[in-house]
Amino acid sequence: MTQSRSWIPYALILPSVVFLGLLFVVPLVQTLWLAVSDNGTPSLANMTTMVTDLNFGRSVLNTFVLTLAVVPIQIIMALTMGSMVAKMNGGRETILWIWTIPLGISDLAAGMVWLSILQNTGYLNSILFGMGLIERQTAWLTYQTPVALFIGIAIAEIWRGTAIVMIIIVAGLNQVPKEFKEAAEIFGASPWTRFTRITLPLIRPALQSALILRTVLAFEVFAVVYALGGRNFPVLVGEAYNWQNQNQNYGVAAAYAVLIMVISLAATLVYLKAVKVDPERLP
Amino acid sequence: MANIVIENIKKSFGAFQALKGVSLTINDGEFVSLLGPSGCGKTTLLRIIAGLETSTSGDVLIGEKSVIGLPPKDRGLAMVFQNYAVFPHMTVYENVAFGLRMQKADDARVKKQVEKAAGLLHIEPYLDRYPNKLSGGQRQRVAVARALAVEPGVLLMDEPLSNLDALLRLEMRTELKTVLQEAGTTTIYVTHDQTEAMGLSDRIAVVHDGRIEQVGTPVEVYNHPATRFVGGFIGNPPMNFITMPVTNGQVAAGSQQFAVPAQGGEIVLGLRGETVERAQSGQGLDMQVRVAEPMGSHLLLTGSIFGQPARVILPATETVKNGATVGLTLDPKRLTWLSPESGVSYPAAA
Ligand SMILES: Nc1ncnc2c1ncn2[C@@H]1O[C@H](COP(=O)(O)OP(=O)(O)OP(=O)(O)O)[C@@H](O)[C@H]1O
Ligand SMILES: [Mg+2]
Repeated sequence: MTQSRSWIPYALILPSVVFLGLLFVVPLVQTLWLAVSDNGTPSLANMTTMVTDLNFGRSVLNTFVLTLAVVPIQIIMALTMGSMVAKMNGGRETILWIWTIPLGISDLAAGMVWLSILQNTGYLNSILFGMGLIERQTAWLTYQTPVALFIGIAIAEIWRGTAIVMIIIVAGLNQVPKEFKEAAEIFGASPWTRFTRITLPLIRPALQSALILRTVLAFEVFAVVYALGGRNFPVLVGEAYNWQNQNQNYGVAAAYAVLIMVISLAATLVYLKAVKVDPERLP
Repeated sequence: MANIVIENIKKSFGAFQALKGVSLTINDGEFVSLLGPSGCGKTTLLRIIAGLETSTSGDVLIGEKSVIGLPPKDRGLAMVFQNYAVFPHMTVYENVAFGLRMQKADDARVKKQVEKAAGLLHIEPYLDRYPNKLSGGQRQRVAVARALAVEPGVLLMDEPLSNLDALLRLEMRTELKTVLQEAGTTTIYVTHDQTEAMGLSDRIAVVHDGRIEQVGTPVEVYNHPATRFVGGFIGNPPMNFITMPVTNGQVAAGSQQFAVPAQGGEIVLGLRGETVERAQSGQGLDMQVRVAEPMGSHLLLTGSIFGQPARVILPATETVKNGATVGLTLDPKRLTWLSPESGVSYPAAA
């Protein structure tokens, strides 16, 4: 009975496989080919153009530094926020709801929100001026103020992308029965020890998912950066966009796309190894 | 040293009162069982003593010191959780070692204590395994070993043997009793298994509906239950309750007459089924036997006395036919008399 119907699950997932194949694998192969070919013949010309471009080094550096700055802060903030709501009795849902508002806003809109705060005529300058801290409007987002620009972009990214990490972490925390923490407490573990020795190991799967998702998204950062810094702060996706639209050079744009994919895959592999999840050690 | 005094503890969850004023004193080194049906508040009381739950009112003293407001780790106790709470991400060894690690014990002491506790609970073969791969009973023993390994002054156990097979449970019971007695550990042991409570305890506290109905030695609680509930809850078969008419302070049971603590009206006789003897023909208290079941070690009779349901036990050598009427002789020293209105028993005759 069950034997003769073993094709059913395959039949049921077939549409999604076909769908993904058409809309993901085909473009992927096309992009790969575009990146490593020139006028239909295999060539590394696009790669060479990409690597020797003036903005290449800066965009790689910027993307990595931004990712390294933003992702750890987001994870730590999400863990803190998640642990705080876990201790609440009433009002939990409301707080979570407020915290996840940035999730409902598109990248570009988020960039615009922060632009309205940080631009010359923005809220930040108005407040600083109102308090008498600055004499005249100060520019924060220019080529001449790279640190301020970087901090502005990082804050906007953190504001926009922490909610998704928090949702995953809260879900992970909810899976940990309170008895484990209570038992640790009885046997003398301090709050910090309980967090590091009990909670963190038990939310490893959620942590792993959050890290992978957030890092991959961080390497794909674009709209927020574009809204705030334009080309003052080149990042990988931004370069791909420019080669595609400004320069109309699809080959180099494809080379960037492939590079981003390779970096994301590498990061994912690193996480899968570093934050290993052993099903034997889960509740 | 580590005696426990529980003073008028009340606990409400919203509008629901889980504990309605519980007072209990446990002497240093004493083994006290909390015995009661499911949902009566045993775990709640244990969690309040441990400091995992706050009481609505009342006080808990451990070693003469109030511990209300102290975090669990400062109360000097260990606990076995009803659902084990064995850490899934640590090996059995590290689970048992957890309390000692938190006390910063050196490796030699950890090893010695873990091996001792593991040996006692027969879990040495699993020390390197993760709890995920263990059966419920094995996990439960890991939880007990974890608590014993720290050699606590006070040990709280919430149904620690509930998942073991009968044979292993009997063995663990004896071993637990021995080590805890040797170590002089003050123990509160939650169970709803009355034989376990009877066998292990210095004293039993019978809990019912958020209250302690009676505290006493197993023999006291068995022979002279304070209330109808206690008599009905303890013993197998449970105590029989037979309402009888009183005339001039006397109750007549067949040819026997008993002086009772009431002048007239009615009184309830609490009768343990195994305290009766078969009377000479035509004498004694009549029992209409519906079913007679030879159990091997004894003969179990189910039927009615004074028209009220009753179960009694006769020696295996007796034979009784289904539907027969047998006369029973009662032992005046082993009867309990209860008020029909309140269900509370009268003090045992001196
Ligand atoms: N956190 C809680 N919120 C609301 N009600 C609770 C809570 N904890 C326990 N209760 C209620 O309090 C009562 C006593 O619960 P408790 O767990 O102490 O019972 P118990 O005697 O240990 O039962 P069992 O033998 O089934 O373990 C139950 O009716 C339970 O529903
Ligand atoms: Mg319980």
